Amino acid sequence: MTTNAISQVLVFFVVLLGLAKPLGWYMARVYEGKPVGLDCLLGPVERALYRLCGVRPADEMDWKRYAMAMLLFNAAGLFFLYGLQRLQNLLPLNSANLEAVPADLAFNTAASFVTNTNWQAYGGETTLSSLTQMLGLTVQNFVSAATGMAVLVALIRGLNRSTSTTIGNFWSDLARSTLYILLPLSLLLSLLLVSQGVVQTFDSYQTATPLQSVVHEQGNSRTEPTEIIEQIIAVGPAASQIAIKQLGTNGGGFFNANSAHPFENPTPFTNFLEVLAIVLIPASLCYTFGVMVDDTRQGWALFMAMMILLLPFVAIGLSAEQSGNPLLTAAGVDQLSNAGQAGGNMEGKETRFGITGSALWSVVTTAVSNGAVNSMHDSYTPLGGLVPLFLMQFGEVVFGGVGSGLHGMIVFAIIAVFVAGLMVGRTPEYLRKKIEPYEMKMAALLLLIMPIVVLGFTALAMSTETGRWSILNPGPHGFSEILYAYTSQGNNNGSAFAGLNANTPFYNLTGGIAMLISRFWLAIPILALAGSLASKKPVPVGPGTLPTHTPLFVVLLIGVVVMVGALTFLPALALGPIVEELMIRGS
Amino acid sequence: MKDHIRPALTMLLLLTVLTGLVYPLAVTGLAQVFFSDQANGSLIMREGKVIGSKLIGQYFDKPEYFWGRPSATVSFPYNAAASGGSNLGPTNPALIEAVKARVAALRSADPGNDSPIPVDLVTASGSGLDPHISPAAALYQMNRVARTRGLETTIVQNLVAQHTEERQFGLLGEPRVNVLRLNLALDALRH
Repeated sequence: MTTNAISQVLVFFVVLLGLAKPLGWYMARVYEGKPVGLDCLLGPVERALYRLCGVRPADEMDWKRYAMAMLLFNAAGLFFLYGLQRLQNLLPLNSANLEAVPADLAFNTAASFVTNTNWQAYGGETTLSSLTQMLGLTVQNFVSAATGMAVLVALIRGLNRSTSTTIGNFWSDLARSTLYILLPLSLLLSLLLVSQGVVQTFDSYQTATPLQSVVHEQGNSRTEPTEIIEQIIAVGPAASQIAIKQLGTNGGGFFNANSAHPFENPTPFTNFLEVLAIVLIPASLCYTFGVMVDDTRQGWALFMAMMILLLPFVAIGLSAEQSGNPLLTAAGVDQLSNAGQAGGNMEGKETRFGITGSALWSVVTTAVSNGAVNSMHDSYTPLGGLVPLFLMQFGEVVFGGVGSGLHGMIVFAIIAVFVAGLMVGRTPEYLRKKIEPYEMKMAALLLLIMPIVVLGFTALAMSTETGRWSILNPGPHGFSEILYAYTSQGNNNGSAFAGLNANTPFYNLTGGIAMLISRFWLAIPILALAGSLASKKPVPVGPGTLPTHTPLFVVLLIGVVVMVGALTFLPALALGPIVEELMIRGS
Repeated sequence: MKDHIRPALTMLLLLTVLTGLVYPLAVTGLAQVFFSDQANGSLIMREGKVIGSKLIGQYFDKPEYFWGRPSATVSFPYNAAASGGSNLGPTNPALIEAVKARVAALRSADPGNDSPIPVDLVTASGSGLDPHISPAAALYQMNRVARTRGLETTIVQNLVAQHTEERQFGLLGEPRVNVLRLNLALDALRH
């Protein structure tokens, strides 16, 4: 790695560390209902929301009512988004005259945005009208993120309360996440992005007369080549959507190329802001957790575990991509880094970001369940592509999605105290709550569902003709494409090895089901866990209590995450990227 | 469950208005007032006509122009209405063949130039619309452009130097050259 690469990575993590504490403190105040400084402006809006919905925010819910409210709200969102896509040809703000979205694709896209995945089987600029992007996708970017945060806060309350039957009010958690956290941050970020060149207009296209025309061979010798003398440049209300797709760990691009597109991510500075926005809220929530359980050391312990899991992958990803593709060197291509060029494996990457800006992004966007891309992961070197794949397979707990990442990590912490309890023969406790068979059953559900979904659907796709038909790249890389697709959807990430033709009824349906299971089948056990923990009396801390803020516990937690992640997926990884890496070295 | 139905529907409706209408409209309003050039696509005008965007690359294959990155967009290169990369994997024979063909095209356009070819000049960008090439890729093409245009190499070299953007704040991203702006500057020399 070059000095500049190390500096860029260092500055990124220092800024993140600097922002995590103040934002985490702010979010804790939001969820504890304390004044946050925006109350005079947003307070009336919040109260009007409750009044019109007939909701009293002080009415607390038990876990079943909380879960039901969450599921109904998301179901309503799913149907609304599906309908919007199916009818977009009849609705306004469709200046490009796009047709209605086909049923299977509309289902997949609706499931994708409601579950905070933002898997995109469509190309933004060629499939969805501005109305669908705004009323459908942008809205779900906000509320799916807010849903994740609400479930997390419910779990934290469960840990913090004693002999309580309730875990909060879903409507209030949803509204406050959206109003006080996501909206102000998105407004700020979108304006910063526009100032750098991200487009924000209600026009759909600009037409330019380029310096030189393109002579386009049709690939058919009988037809004359056509000369293209115009450049149609797609624009749109992009900045407002990009801000929330980054902050809400959504990841769905306004344009097909996502944040590789110069209008989504025009400069190295926007790249820095966007990659920071990916991890900002998930990282800060660790501190929020610490504040809300009255012991910030607990939050920092989880934060450190995530950071220690993340950093080695930054190093591996960066050096794999910087070392380039040996097959191209053989073709007479210079991939060495020097004063004139970044070098490295530049297929699918943008010149302004080079290797550092691209590889750092690929690690962060998959560790965090964001899934936005600024380079094409399918064209990464085998090791460089293994890193994002493997990070998702941890179950999106290395920061993970807003809310969902931390609640996943808290479950791993519960498993870690259980494992430690087994070793020394004591009843496991986490934050003074006894961990008993019911909690372990819920935690085990969380561990099992995701691998079953990911590996089951991968096996199904590999063993059917329809599944294999979509593969673009031959050999083990083709298997990686399918494994990546279900890993991404089964962990609500949304990035892709995009060579796979995912817009087929088979992939749209199986992928949509995978996303829905992974999101909601996991959220329900989390809320059940919250309800069960809330009802317990805290046990006094004794000499036999395992402290959960120490370096020892951090190491134990990392061990549990790695064991579960690695052991489950290593055989599948061996068939894909690992074989490909061996092939490339052998050639 | 029944008592959740009204809040679920009303909350969705109200948050849709707030985040799907008020928020993007507010951003658009502010953007158009304060950053109208950027918000509308950073367009480049020449003689009253839109030539392109500072941020969107264009296709060049004439020897008198600097060439940009290969583009894998649908239908034709630098299709700014359908962005995308090649998604070819590192061991895919199609990738290796494509790179070899690009190397051959660069060599045949500039016989006698045996310097190694910078990687960004023969690999497709992620967006297919990358407006930049590396300074190394510009220098590689400098002699060809100067010779075809009948210009002193130093003049072209100075133009490349003028159009080389350093890392942002001296730290972020990579040094780069905007191909369209460089080619516009070359054309402007004739006037």
